[in-house]
Amino acid sequence: MIQQAPVSSCRRPGGKLRRRRTLVALSFIAPNFIGFALFTLIPVIVAVFMSMTEWSGGSLGNMKWIGLQNYEKLFAVPQRYIDRLENPNFFSILGLFFERVDIGIALKNTVTFTVITVPLTMVFSVALALALNKAVRGAVAFRAIIFFPYVSSTVAICVCWNFMMMKNGPINQLLMLFGSSFNKTWTADSNMAIWAVIIVSVWKSMGYYMVIYLAALQGIPRELYEAATVDGANKWQQFTHVTLPQLSPTTFFVSVMLVIGCFKIYDTVALMTGGGPGRATKMLVTYTIDEFNASKYGSACAIAMVLLVLVLTVTVLQFRMEKKFSAD
Amino acid sequence: MAQTGLSASRPVRRADSVAATVGRIALYVVLICLSAVTLIPFVWMLSSSLKLDREVFEFPIRWIPKVFHWENYSLIWTKAPMLMYFKNTAVVAISVTLIQTMTSSFAAYAFAKLEFRFRDTLFLCYIATIAVPWQAYMIPQFIEFRSIGLYDTLLAIMVLQAFSAFGVFLMRQFYRGIPTDLCEAARIDGLSEYGIWARIMLPLSKSAIATLVIFTFIGTWNDYMGPMIYLTSENVKTVQVGLRRFIQENSSDYHLIMAASMVSLIPVSVVFLTLQRYFIEGIATSGLKG
Repeated sequence: MIQQAPVSSCRRPGGKLRRRRTLVALSFIAPNFIGFALFTLIPVIVAVFMSMTEWSGGSLGNMKWIGLQNYEKLFAVPQRYIDRLENPNFFSILGLFFERVDIGIALKNTVTFTVITVPLTMVFSVALALALNKAVRGAVAFRAIIFFPYVSSTVAICVCWNFMMMKNGPINQLLMLFGSSFNKTWTADSNMAIWAVIIVSVWKSMGYYMVIYLAALQGIPRELYEAATVDGANKWQQFTHVTLPQLSPTTFFVSVMLVIGCFKIYDTVALMTGGGPGRATKMLVTYTIDEFNASKYGSACAIAMVLLVLVLTVTVLQFRMEKKFSAD
Repeated sequence: MAQTGLSASRPVRRADSVAATVGRIALYVVLICLSAVTLIPFVWMLSSSLKLDREVFEFPIRWIPKVFHWENYSLIWTKAPMLMYFKNTAVVAISVTLIQTMTSSFAAYAFAKLEFRFRDTLFLCYIATIAVPWQAYMIPQFIEFRSIGLYDTLLAIMVLQAFSAFGVFLMRQFYRGIPTDLCEAARIDGLSEYGIWARIMLPLSKSAIATLVIFTFIGTWNDYMGPMIYLTSENVKTVQVGLRRFIQENSSDYHLIMAASMVSLIPVSVVFLTLQRYFIEGIATSGLKG
């Protein structure tokens, strides 16, 4: 039986064959696609529209189209705060936005968390990958240990870290050995709470990115180092002139994954601080969930859209930069 | 010149080897310290789980309990229906893993090896949604689920996780690496496309499937946000939300909370330790999933 029509007759007489082929292909895709379309694709599209409606549950008929009002409400700085300003100008109002308005606080906290967590995780994962890339005895065991937090359940490790960071807990005890005088529960202190979340996040994800870096390191051609040695480069110069540039595609990839992961942070915050104390660790997703729990569905969707825009911007920027760099 | 150069290089080499030894020792010290730091929370968890509640925050800290209170581990099962949480989570995690692996490898075959109209457009749809965080569309999804009666059922959590675009992407990348000639040869031998998928592609993609299985299983087992939003009844709770409830209800029984946390870690630890080679290789080759 001949399955493939000769090239010359491919166009017309092959039409039936082609339709058959398409049907076969679609039958492969259908089981996954139906689930994907129903539970991912449609909700994504609906979310955009829902962010422009007002709805507090009940029958779908109660949903009201209000255009961009959700966004206006989210980003508006209440007049009573502006009235209290001594000289209201753009910057002082912007300051108010990040200090008083929920979405401003959530944005500020999310960005602060991201800006600290991303470089810390990267430094640790690169350092660990470099160490394990040497012929080390027991490398498999070290790798598995450092990776383990990534697979362990967030609820269990968050409660454990929470206890360890309590008043008189082991972390404060340890720090006091080094002369610290801080002995409060980290997650109840408005300055330390975000650090508690950062520490746990870095600790949890560094093993994962270490594995990615390790794979990248093993892909660097040996000849590059040999050539560098012949040219008289010392270890440090080899690192900055061979290793780092060779790692840059991976670094791009890792940084984007990390930034997006940080923007989406929810579990760790919900389980450790609940967004508090006050609004000290309120993040974008924490805010969405708060609005969702208050049955303000339209507004919750609008916050989710802010997150979506942030994530897509980062993704697009990354592709642009990667193109530019690889063209150089 | 050559001779002096040679003789002069000897002492340098010895100095080099001393430096190298020192470097190696430093390397091990750093690695051991970092591994210890990584493990300390787990050690503390284990140690606290064997203490009495008032001993947990003793000053100074005692790493090895005076008396091992193993009874904590039997007590937790009477305080909460832990066994049911485990059963629910196992049902969800295993079915999600099965559905996800089957449907994604099936779809991935078409995307990688078959030619048809709209293939690239469809695939682009998949890729685009990988970048869209679940948090951005969870509310319409929630309303959709509730209106079709999936709210507060385990089925909701299964459906939520089972059709991710990530699985299709991962399997497609792997299939593209398998030579198309193999499929052509099989076609000439009279195998149908389904036959090629079952007899050629599946057996060749064991390592990719292993990766997907572990990712999906661990991801589903550890998922907190999905069950938190969808499950309210006690009899459908998964381990993560069940543990969370346990913590809230027994908030000052530190020792019991640590024992329950310890127990919740066991299944994933077993899966990870037995399959960790595939897991780590899988990340290294696919390099995805955040």
